[in-house]
Amino acid sequence: MLTVRIVPCLDVRDGRVVKGVQFQGLRDAGDPVERAAAYEAGGGDEIVILDVSATTEGRGHAMETTRAVRRALGIPLTVGGGVRVVDDAARLLDAGADKVGVNTAAVDNPALLTTIATRYGAQCTVLALDAARRLDGAGWEVVTRAGKHRTGIDAAGWAAEAARRGAGEILLTSWDRDGTRSGYDLELIAAVRDAVSVPIIASGGAAHAGHMVEAVRAGADALLAASIFHDGETTPDSLKRALAAAGVVVRQ
Amino acid sequence: MNAAEPELVEANSTVHIVRTGVANLASVIAAVERIGARPVLIERAEEVAQAPRLLLPGVGAFGAAMDELHRLGIVDALCARVAAGAPTLTICLGLQLLARSSEETPGAVGLGVIDAAVTRFNGPVRVPQMGWNRVEPTPGARWVTPGFAYFANTFKLGAIPSGWQGATADHGGAFVAAIERGDVLACQFHPELSGAWGAALLRRWVAGTAAC
Repeated sequence: MLTVRIVPCLDVRDGRVVKGVQFQGLRDAGDPVERAAAYEAGGGDEIVILDVSATTEGRGHAMETTRAVRRALGIPLTVGGGVRVVDDAARLLDAGADKVGVNTAAVDNPALLTTIATRYGAQCTVLALDAARRLDGAGWEVVTRAGKHRTGIDAAGWAAEAARRGAGEILLTSWDRDGTRSGYDLELIAAVRDAVSVPIIASGGAAHAGHMVEAVRAGADALLAASIFHDGETTPDSLKRALAAAGVVVRQ
Repeated sequence: MNAAEPELVEANSTVHIVRTGVANLASVIAAVERIGARPVLIERAEEVAQAPRLLLPGVGAFGAAMDELHRLGIVDALCARVAAGAPTLTICLGLQLLARSSEETPGAVGLGVIDAAVTRFNGPVRVPQMGWNRVEPTPGARWVTPGFAYFANTFKLGAIPSGWQGATADHGGAFVAAIERGDVLACQFHPELSGAWGAALLRRWVAGTAAC
């Protein structure tokens, strides 16, 4: 049967790995090729690179990073950040991405998902969905532009529409939990799980294996984490031993 | 390196890769380079016929991929290679194209090398299947060994055809992970993305050194 995946994530700006809290206060966390290779060797099931560069020059670095990581990496690579049009996706796939994550541009223009999925297949098309709990506490809304813009759009409803339009996977990030180490937003995972049958990668808030077991029980198929790997606190293999002990099927 | 590790690929081993429009070529090229072989992209029928080791990558839709093979004029050359048992490795959609037809593109005609139809996963499972699944070879398989392989597919072959060996995995029921006959190996999974296990499989196939 299909195993639950551990997915180390590299936020990359201007060719370097960075990490912040709620997308802010970025600090340096190393070289992306070295990090990616170490995470593959340490049992990572796939790698996600999110380009958080703000400039055109930074985007150029991201393409170089994708090429360099691809040469070294023998597991799947998803790259997202700054994908506005189908040609952006084409360039990332040419550079060595296996899947492309689309975020803000898909909210602005949902047809972009269909365009990418028709040309490259649903398995290449990942919806990167950043969700924040509504200020009145009733459900979650989609946030865009690195969390600066609250759209008012219902997160679970948007996930369902994106899957209908061709997204083959949902990278679901809780804006509230990102970088906080307080655990994944389990209710958010469950709400999106009820809305779609495509795989869900849970993101935002992981500090230890216990958080990951909870997320799997809430409906996650894959578990993304960043800072706990960058800081050397743990490895995918170590987390997998704990997950397996809790009855979660993983690749070991 | 453990005892089961295959011998190193000779530095000058060449793998001819068919340049199909929308495949994840960069990942396939990088994987071939990492095992020490030389990838060469080809797209003409005589190259397909003569390549000592041919790799047909596959990402995309069934009908569009068959259209592309027809546009390149390489359908007959591919079928002849597989029929003759010439060293040929096909990946993901590249396995499905060997069938007669697929639910993905009703009406489209496949290579028809195997008498089977490709169907969609159904039941209470995630579709697409995205991730690592346990692969179990049939007793007579020569290339595929037990292990975890990376899959990214919505459609699949249901059973290993008569006259072939291969491997199965389970996603809401058994499905075909790979089929092999002689030096022809068709993988539903992506060996180029299956870590050390996938690299070892590629290395064996390129070196022409079967596991058993």
